[in-house]
This record gives sequence, C-alpha cells and structure tokens, in this order.
Amino acid sequence: MSVEADAPGPLQGLRVVELASEHAAAAGKLFADLGADVVLIEPRSGHPARAIGPFLDDDPGPERSLWWWNYNTSKRDIALDLDDPVERVILDGLVDRADIVLEAEPPGSLATRGIDRARIMAGRPELIWVSVTPFGQEGPRRLDPATDLTLMAGAGPVWSCGYDDHSLPPVRGAGNQAANVSSVHAAMAALVALVERGASGLGQHIDLNMHAALNVTTEVSTVHWLVARETVQRQTGRHALPFMTAPTQIESADGGYVVLGFPPRAASSYQSILDWLEELGLTESFPDHVVLQLAVDRGGVTITDLGRDPVAVECFNAGRDAMALIAANLGAYECFEGFQRRGIVCGILYAPEDIAHDPHFEARGFPTPVHHEDLDRTFTYPGAPVVFTGTPWRIASRAPHLDEHRAEILATLESDR
Amino acid sequence: MTDPQGAQPRGALSGIRVCDLSGQLAGAGSTRYLAAFGAEVIRVEDPVTQGGWDIVRGAIPHVDERTGIEMGGAFNSHNVGKLGVTIDLRTEKGKDLLRSLIRVSDVVTENFAAGVFAQLGFSYEELQALRPDIIYVSNCGFGQTGPYSSFRTWGPTIQACSGLSFMTGLAGHEPAAWGYSYMDHMGANYMALGVLAAVVHRNRTGAGQWVDMSCCEAAATLTGTDILDADVNRRPKRAPGSVDSNRAEHRPMAPHGIYPASGDDEWLAIACRDDADWVALCRVTGKGWESRAEFRTAADRLAAQDELDAEVGAWTRSGDRFAMADGLIAAGVPAAVVARPEDRIEHDRVTADWGLWPEVEHPMIGRVRVDGLPVHLSRTDWVIDRPAPCLGQHNDYVMGEVLGLSREAIDALAAEGVL
Repeated sequence: MSVEADAPGPLQGLRVVELASEHAAAAGKLFADLGADVVLIEPRSGHPARAIGPFLDDDPGPERSLWWWNYNTSKRDIALDLDDPVERVILDGLVDRADIVLEAEPPGSLATRGIDRARIMAGRPELIWVSVTPFGQEGPRRLDPATDLTLMAGAGPVWSCGYDDHSLPPVRGAGNQAANVSSVHAAMAALVALVERGASGLGQHIDLNMHAALNVTTEVSTVHWLVARETVQRQTGRHALPFMTAPTQIESADGGYVVLGFPPRAASSYQSILDWLEELGLTESFPDHVVLQLAVDRGGVTITDLGRDPVAVECFNAGRDAMALIAANLGAYECFEGFQRRGIVCGILYAPEDIAHDPHFEARGFPTPVHHEDLDRTFTYPGAPVVFTGTPWRIASRAPHLDEHRAEILATLESDR
Repeated sequence: MTDPQGAQPRGALSGIRVCDLSGQLAGAGSTRYLAAFGAEVIRVEDPVTQGGWDIVRGAIPHVDERTGIEMGGAFNSHNVGKLGVTIDLRTEKGKDLLRSLIRVSDVVTENFAAGVFAQLGFSYEELQALRPDIIYVSNCGFGQTGPYSSFRTWGPTIQACSGLSFMTGLAGHEPAAWGYSYMDHMGANYMALGVLAAVVHRNRTGAGQWVDMSCCEAAATLTGTDILDADVNRRPKRAPGSVDSNRAEHRPMAPHGIYPASGDDEWLAIACRDDADWVALCRVTGKGWESRAEFRTAADRLAAQDELDAEVGAWTRSGDRFAMADGLIAAGVPAAVVARPEDRIEHDRVTADWGLWPEVEHPMIGRVRVDGLPVHLSRTDWVIDRPAPCLGQHNDYVMGEVLGLSREAIDALAAEGVL
C-alpha cells in the first residue's frame, strides 16, 4: 500500500466556519486535517479554551495551551467582536461563503446576539449548520451546566468503569471523551448532510446531543438492559457484565500491566503455551501443565464444549491461569509481544507517552512532527485516526495564534466580492 | 419531517450501496450508521459457519431462554437496517458472486484480521479491477501494515495499547481501564467517517480509494493532548496508579469527583469549574466551607483536594443522589447522578424526548429496542425501524433484483451450498 503523500485531503475545497469551542474543536480538527478550509472565529480576547492546560513548559499563556494546540491544527483564525456591527459584517461574509457552520454555543445564545440561524439558513438554503450541545437544542435540560465528568456520569459510561471492589467509586474514562465522541459524531453527520446536498442542493441543521452520544457509546451496558433488563456491574480492567468474570488485567514483573483476551481454545495455542512455560522454566511451578497437555491431546475445546463438558472447562481455565502466570513473570512488553507472536490476544497498558516510541506506531508514521516556526521547534503530535491512501490526512499547520490570519481572511472576502 | 422545497425526503444516503463484510461492533457499527441514513448495506455472511465470522451473532444478551444464531440481542442492535446474504467464499462460484456484488457497490467494508480479505482474492487492486472507483475501507486492530499488523485485538486490547486504559483509574490503584469496548463504538464511528469522507471525495473527483483504518491509531488520537504533552514537556514516564481520572484533567477544578450517595452503590458526580460554582456549592450544602481558610481560593482547594473530597463525600453520603443532583444543577453547579442503565433508558427525559431507543420488530426475537443516533437532521433524519437480517434473509432479493440472477440460478446456487 502506498499513500500519495502530495495529494490533497479528501475534503479539499470544503469551507467550514467554526465558532471556537471546547465541545466541537475536535470536529473542526477532523475537517481541517482532512483538507477542508476551516476558519476559526474567536472573541477578541481569545477563546477561554486557550486557558486549558497543559502548557508549554508548564507556563500558562494563550499561545501555550497544548489542549488548544492539539485540537486546532490546520485551522485559520480570526478574532471578531460579534457585537460590533462592522465585525459582524465579516462574520456574515464568512458564513455566506461557507459550506458548513460548526458551533457549540448554548441553545438560543447566538440568536440573542442577533445571529439567527433560521434566518441565515433561509437565505442560504445550501448551508449545513452543526450545533453541538450537552443536551440538544430543545427540552428543559438544554441549558443545564455540564462538564466532561458530569456528562460521562449521567449518560452511562461511568457506571461501567471501575473496580471489583464496589466500595471504590466508579471511574470516568479519561481523555475528554464527551467532546471526542460528540465531535466525531458531529463530523459524521455533517458529511452525511454534505453527501445528501450533492443530490438535493439543500443543506440542513444538525442538532447533536452530547448526552445522547455518550448514551449510545456504552456497548454491553445498554444492550443488556434493552434486551434482557439486566444491569451490568463494573469489574477491574475488564467488561462490566451482569455477572462477575475472572480477572484479565495482570501486573507484569516490571510493574507494568497487560490485558489478556479470551483464553485460547485451539490445540495449537495450548501447545504454544506449554512450550513457552517450558522455555521460561515455569512448567514445574504450574502443576496444571498436565491439563494443558490434555487440551492439546483432545484437539482443543470449542465454545459448545464449554457449556457441557467439565473437562473442557478445566482446560479453558488452565489456559487462562497459565497465561496469567506467564504474564506475572515477564516484563509487560515481552509478554504482549510474546503472546501476540504466538497468535494469542494480549494488550499492553501503554501510557500515552509510550505511543511515540513504539516500533509499530513509528513504522506506520503515526507520530507526526509539526513545526512551530514561531518557537523554532518541532513537536510530535498524534497522527491520523484514519489513513486515506489516496487523499492523505495531514496537519497542514500548527494551531493558529489569536487572530493570526485576519489579513488573509479579509483579503479572501474582499476578492470574493 | 417534510422537505421545505415540498419534495418527498429520501434517505440522505439513498443510492449508496455498501458491500459489507464487517462484523462485531467495530465494523458493524459503521455500516449500521450508514444504513440508518438510507444507504443500502448488504451484509455478506458465511453460510458454512452460520455467520460465525461474527462472534456476536447469537451471543448474549437474549430476550428469553431461547438461544441460537438469530437470537443475539447485541447482533440485532449492531445490524439494524441492513440486508443479509450468505455466500461461501471458499468456493469459486461464491467468489464470483461477491465480485458481481462489488461491481455494483460504491463501498466495500471489512474488519477481518489484516491481509485476510486479500488472501481470499480481494486485494484493493483486485477490487479496483472490478470497479475502478471503488471505495474500500478496511478496519483492523493495528492496520494493514507495520510490525503488529498480524496481532489480534478486541476492544480492551485496543484501549490498552492506545493509552486509554492506563489513563482511567483512581490514584493509588491499578488502572481501572474501560468497562466496555468503547473503541468498538469509536472504531465504528471513525470507519463511517472514513467511508463518508471518501464518498464526498469520489463524488467530487470520480476517484475511489483504499481507506486503511487501524483502530489503535484512532484510539491514540483520543489521548492526543497527553501524547503531545509527553513530547513538548519531556515528561518522564508515569507509573500505573499515578493518575486519577475522576479528578479534573487539563483544567484545574476542585472539588471534582464522584462521591457516594445514600443507598447501595449509588454515586454523584460534582464538578466545580470556578469560584461561582464553589460559592453555589457552599450555599447548597450549608456546611460553612466558604469560611474555611484552607478552601479560600481555587488554588487552595486544589492543594487541599483530599480533604475537600472527604468533606464533600461526608455531605453526599446521606443524601438522595437525584435530589442532590437537581439541587446543585438548579444552583448552576455541574452535577449528575452516576446513571445506571435503567436510569438513563427508562427514566431520562432527555433520551426519551430524543427518541434515542427506537424499537424494531425482529422475526425471532420479537419487539426490542436498540440504540438510536445522537443527531437529528432537520430534513433527512435517520430512521431505524428494521431489525438485523436473519442469516441469508435477503438472498433472493440481492441475487435476483440486485444481481439479476434467475430463479433457477439462485436455486442452483443454494442447492450447491454456495448460498
């Protein structure tokens, strides 16, 4: 497979006007890194998200927020006072030439400032307008205060995460996921509308509800309730289910962690485990190696066997226990790679700081160097979420400074006239 | 919803045909999304193993004691709105049928292990030979290239290898990781995004392409700020148990946590964003915290987080979680119960008003609710009203209407076991 490095991104030619926000910044980044022209509009004082850490050298400042850097690559920036009639003309001009408007303002707040979505869309029927809000545009909760933590708690994800010990609180999944989930859904829906516009010539409004987005991103918890009215219970490092299961997250000899998959069932896997135990000198400390041999001799076990044959269950459990023993006796990476090279599912609990140094991520070019000419330094950013081999994803530029592209944006508007 | 122009609205993606060999949730979830907007998604399954490529087919949960390949509740939810055909790709006739289907499809999707589809005779080059502008989207754990491309994964493996699991837990404890396959949902979402962006591009230029998705890379972008921070600030490697994901991540907030409420395993999340939230919290609780010197400024409260959490937890412990959440929200403080499935599905005004749990009627399972979508489009909204296909349910329609085979030809293929 070759990626055509110089080709434009798949969304080249698409014009997006994004009102700077916390909740939809990731959607704007998806568009921008895929080649769309994304113009970010900020208040003259800078958007408050510029105050979100961490910061370059741990020194806060509007141009030093790494949160801002991460979520605003490849965008151009203009600062506008939307209450100033002169500046409003600039906004109107930008919206007038846009395919998509992306915003995450509280419902009704733009209208109170004279930015009337319905009126604008009536004048531009081909415009696609995406609104991202915690609880949607309508309903009694639409203006309720919310953060990532409270959204994740109220919409289901938190209930499923935590520890076997239920005296400990359930846990929020890390990484700003309420906004991440919502932003990818906002981008998907905008592209649906864009494809549809190709046939009808018409745009439309997209109402994204973050609470709903998280609710339908909880996998087994929702399905078990809807289908069987069962309530899942959180379990350390593994799936929440209506019943407790055996641990799969194992501390390795170097203090790291690995997560095992379903224990193997194939005869060849049982043989691999036996061989590896032998190689590691662990056979003697694992009396159930005879059960593993039995599993080899009987040709493995099937899922059906597990439901009716106690010997098969013994084999299955011995496989799981042997994997746990191996994991506890090796370094986390050695264990991860060793199991996988033997065709057995295993994952390593990497910290985000490990990603850029992993040979696989490196070989695929995931760590992405981005030059900051203003600092004369180059930093490593996360790469493409999806590799388009014909129309590459790329970070065209670092996140913009406040009002950085004012002159060129105004010049574009002027030349359009 | 009616078209303002007066025309009858059609599905937003009507006219787009997807030849879908994907499964589980990481693949099936993407084409489910496309089907909800009117794409014709034809799910290709294996007759020999009765669709056993997809381990979710037939798996728990079940509506009652009945089991079997048509009874899987998750499979139904992940595959609503699709057509289903069976083709034995071990046979040359089966491969020819798939080739015919690809010729009349806009998109081919699969999430086999890396290289499997190519080994079957369906490399991207071979797909292109069948249809030059084909959009081919492959989705596997580590992508189609690189040293780990053959590694096997499922959701928790992806979440581990991308940093998501490590970051999720309480300080002083091993990582809690994620209690579900978050990345199956997000992998599916990014896969759908890949399809859609490639369709936009094809519609503009006429060119198709291969989209190679590594679910692990999609996952790693979701800890992006931390990846960037590690490089920019040369952070030393953190030890497991050194992060606390119930505390505020990137902006200072305290109190910020999940606190016990009265009752068995009942919890309340509270986040004080700023001084105004703090003052409001102090007013609601009436505990006099505002006069405590150690809690005076935001910086003080951050420094005294352990003590503050103990105080807040002592207040919440005897309260009703819903009443406390309502009181705090009314005062402007972000708060939420830790919602159980029943809370958010049966007793939540927002999800109910949204229509988030549409019902489908499955011929074997019966009437059952499934996940809806978190967006509403004002003109061409999604529709979920058809269940997952039973195995081979649409063989006649697809072979006959789509591929133009005669009744006799279809019967012959079925008799030979190709279907």
